[in-house]
Amino acid sequence: MTDVPVYKKKDFISDQEVKWCPGCGDYAILSSVQMAMTKIGKKKEDLVFVSGIGCSSRFPYYMDTYGMHTIHGRATAIASGLKLHNPNLEVFVVTGDGDGLAIGGNHMIHALRRNVDLKIIMFNNEIYGLTKGQYSPTSKVGQITKSSPFGVVDRPFSPTALALGSGATFIARTIDTDPKHITDVVVAACEHRGVSFIEVLQNCVIFNEGVHDEVTNKDSRDATTVRIEHGKPMIFGKEGNKGLMLKGFNPVVVTIGENGVTEKDLIVHDAADYNVSSMLTRLARPDFPLPLGIFRNVESPVYDTEVQNQIDNVTKKKGKGDMNTFLKSGDTWEVK
Amino acid sequence: MKDLESVVIRFSGDSGDGMQLTGTQFSNTSALMGNDIATFPDYPSEIRAPSGTIAGVSGFQVNFGAIDVSTPGDDPDVLVAMNPAALKANLSAVRKGGTIIVNLDAFNEAGLKKANYEKNPLETGELDGYQVIQAKVTEQTLRALESLDMDAKAKGRCKNFYTLGITYFLFNRELEPTIKWIEQKFGKNPVTAKANVLALKAGFTFAENSEIQVSTYTVAPAKIKPGLYRQVSGNEATAYGFVQAAQTAGLELFLGSYPITPATDILHELSKLKNFNVKTFQAEDEIAGICSSIGAAFGGALAITTTSGPGLALKGEALGLAMIYELPLVVVDVQRGGPSTGLPTKTEQSDLMQAMYGRHGECPLIVVAAKTPGDCFHMAYEASRLALEHMTPVILLTDGYIANGAEPWRIPDLAKNYSKIRSHRVSGVAPVPFLPYKRDAQLVRPWAIPGMIGYEHRIGGLEKWVDTGNVSHDPKNHEVMVKIRAEKVANVANNIPLQELEGNKTGDLLVVSWGGTYGATHAAVTKAQESGKKVSLMHLSYLNPMPKNVAELMKGFKRILVPELNMGQLKSMLQAQFQCQPIGYNKVQGLPFKITELVEVINRTLES
Repeated sequence: MTDVPVYKKKDFISDQEVKWCPGCGDYAILSSVQMAMTKIGKKKEDLVFVSGIGCSSRFPYYMDTYGMHTIHGRATAIASGLKLHNPNLEVFVVTGDGDGLAIGGNHMIHALRRNVDLKIIMFNNEIYGLTKGQYSPTSKVGQITKSSPFGVVDRPFSPTALALGSGATFIARTIDTDPKHITDVVVAACEHRGVSFIEVLQNCVIFNEGVHDEVTNKDSRDATTVRIEHGKPMIFGKEGNKGLMLKGFNPVVVTIGENGVTEKDLIVHDAADYNVSSMLTRLARPDFPLPLGIFRNVESPVYDTEVQNQIDNVTKKKGKGDMNTFLKSGDTWEVK
Repeated sequence: MKDLESVVIRFSGDSGDGMQLTGTQFSNTSALMGNDIATFPDYPSEIRAPSGTIAGVSGFQVNFGAIDVSTPGDDPDVLVAMNPAALKANLSAVRKGGTIIVNLDAFNEAGLKKANYEKNPLETGELDGYQVIQAKVTEQTLRALESLDMDAKAKGRCKNFYTLGITYFLFNRELEPTIKWIEQKFGKNPVTAKANVLALKAGFTFAENSEIQVSTYTVAPAKIKPGLYRQVSGNEATAYGFVQAAQTAGLELFLGSYPITPATDILHELSKLKNFNVKTFQAEDEIAGICSSIGAAFGGALAITTTSGPGLALKGEALGLAMIYELPLVVVDVQRGGPSTGLPTKTEQSDLMQAMYGRHGECPLIVVAAKTPGDCFHMAYEASRLALEHMTPVILLTDGYIANGAEPWRIPDLAKNYSKIRSHRVSGVAPVPFLPYKRDAQLVRPWAIPGMIGYEHRIGGLEKWVDTGNVSHDPKNHEVMVKIRAEKVANVANNIPLQELEGNKTGDLLVVSWGGTYGATHAAVTKAQESGKKVSLMHLSYLNPMPKNVAELMKGFKRILVPELNMGQLKSMLQAQFQCQPIGYNKVQGLPFKITELVEVINRTLES
């Protein structure tokens, strides 16, 4: 490995004018990702950002790296081919709840299943922005949108639960109002070998303004979210005295110091424990605080590496193939 | 003993009877003995339709001869019918006076009923005029294997080799190549290997000792061009052509593909060739097949995807993306009967219009077609060469007939004829600024790949500003870009061979064909020429753009006849491009043209 230059954030800012709506949550995500790129120890020319269609998918144009703005839903499939061809690249997928979970849902679950070493950043604003305000697979039941004037009837996905069910080896949730947290999560995702799935709660100022208010508002966020860290107990609340405890198989919210509950009774986060990860994906408002952080982080054989290993092994065993020899082997006959 | 120029045999039975294997063995042995051959498997789309029924009949036809054999033949001279359904399905095709070999054991009450025979056709006299050989194939096979430790069902499965043995005697084939093959194939299971060899020999001996008098045939070796030959199917040749192109260009070959009949064998072949710098990816669907290849193309691979008609439809959106990206990519469409699932195991040429126009927006692509199984090697290489030299997607059309059909193939001189591809990969220090859409004289853009310092750039599906490739919604710029991309594809005409004719440059009739009908049009035109007709053949391998001299060549003839296995797609293209009035001859039955059929059409057209 040759030396990686020391980068500054501005090294990753392209010369293109950013064209998101003023106040859009995407600005903070872009800035946090650019910051993360200075911390991952990868060369700029080895980074590729691949996106689909939607507001979030304009992202690659604004990164001064290699990039592909593709077609609706297909970013994960295109990124898979790129990563498979050249495993040395660090390939990011930037997608949204419509692009990644509706039209691109099939490619998403298969990339997660295979454990392709992609860093998937999915912006979740629970709405279609670029097509101007239709409900998405994460919109809430009853939500009024342009295509659901009487309320959404469809039940939403939990993106993290879908990722877990698909076998993702790194799953995290972060939020557009906390740039440092985004940067930390993206850096951790890059340190992980295998697929990383990051859900970023993002606010669409035009079509779904305030969708995440309850968990972003300064007054309420300590009570409505829980910051999870591997090896640490799950504590939250303004006074830091609320916690999550297991009662049987189910989590309950408890107050430290009440009914004899101490910190030792709380669930300690273990990102390698499937049951803990699974529980986190199901914690939702209003009964529970919404978890933010890394839900799951486990090692598993990485698809693109395994594919290359298989090729290397076959080549070692059979020798480098030569077409001339190959075509002339087997049943051939000479015509004179 | 009769000396024959060429013979057509059709092996026919239940889809579980192993007829494809039997036919393949017969073909391979014949090829090794120096005959020219052409084969055509004809199998049902159901893997196992109800046994004994007509829906479940599977066939394999082989034409082998001492002469230039260009198609699997018209009417079979010999029919092997393993059961009544096989007889019923094929009888009308057999040449009058031909030989029919039946498995007598299958002509029982149940078998006849399943084939909807009210009376036993072996007794009604409807086979008068044919030479019928009745063999107790099942019983004799079981008897030959009596001493082996196998169950009766497994023994019964060897009956196809018994039948093969009969045909080997009839046509003086050597048993040795097949015995060698059996021993290799069933090496891990010596009892099965022994059983199949015994069945083969028992069939041969039966025919030799048979009390029924049969005329035995010899077919002399064919007079074919000297060289080293091997058998190759169209799908195999396609796979090999791509590998050769990738090796020549010094690139990894990347195949993203989703299984679909009749294209899947290309995926099978390439997945075996991992030590040839080949990466295969079985994607989650057709769309991911092409999309993964687009990703690999951006990364610097020779990227391809393989499919059939319905899959090409699914890939349409991504093809638009690859086209506006201006990345090299080859899509193979092994055509089958459509629309929809249509006739998935039968052949047709009905995707030409889809290949030409089946996309959104102004999206011309290079379209080429292979004409024979062996030619698939050449055209896969050509498709790759054009994609890499012009930075644009190419569609290669083959069809079920040549993809599954096999022929002896003269192994080409790779160093001489398949060794030059000039890809547009950039090298060295990046210019400042690097302009990813700055073009050369042929309007081709540079190919800079991730990992190269200083060449960082973004590509997208949005319209681009000339040179820089930055997003642009400027109205005039869009029109300029649409025209540039079209002109770039039109320029490919400077990089392909001029069109050749088979026959004189002037005459009464020019037959224009494309793709897998070549065997039939070539043979029919040759026959017409031999009988003194002023007919020539123009067989097109490059369909978009066409060679520069096509219009000129057509002017030398009074009439133009375009036989196609579709409703007139090339005919419409010729009309639109050259304002000519060709006569169409069209067939859409899932079956290839017969030579006699085309000879008749040629004669009729000349007389009209």
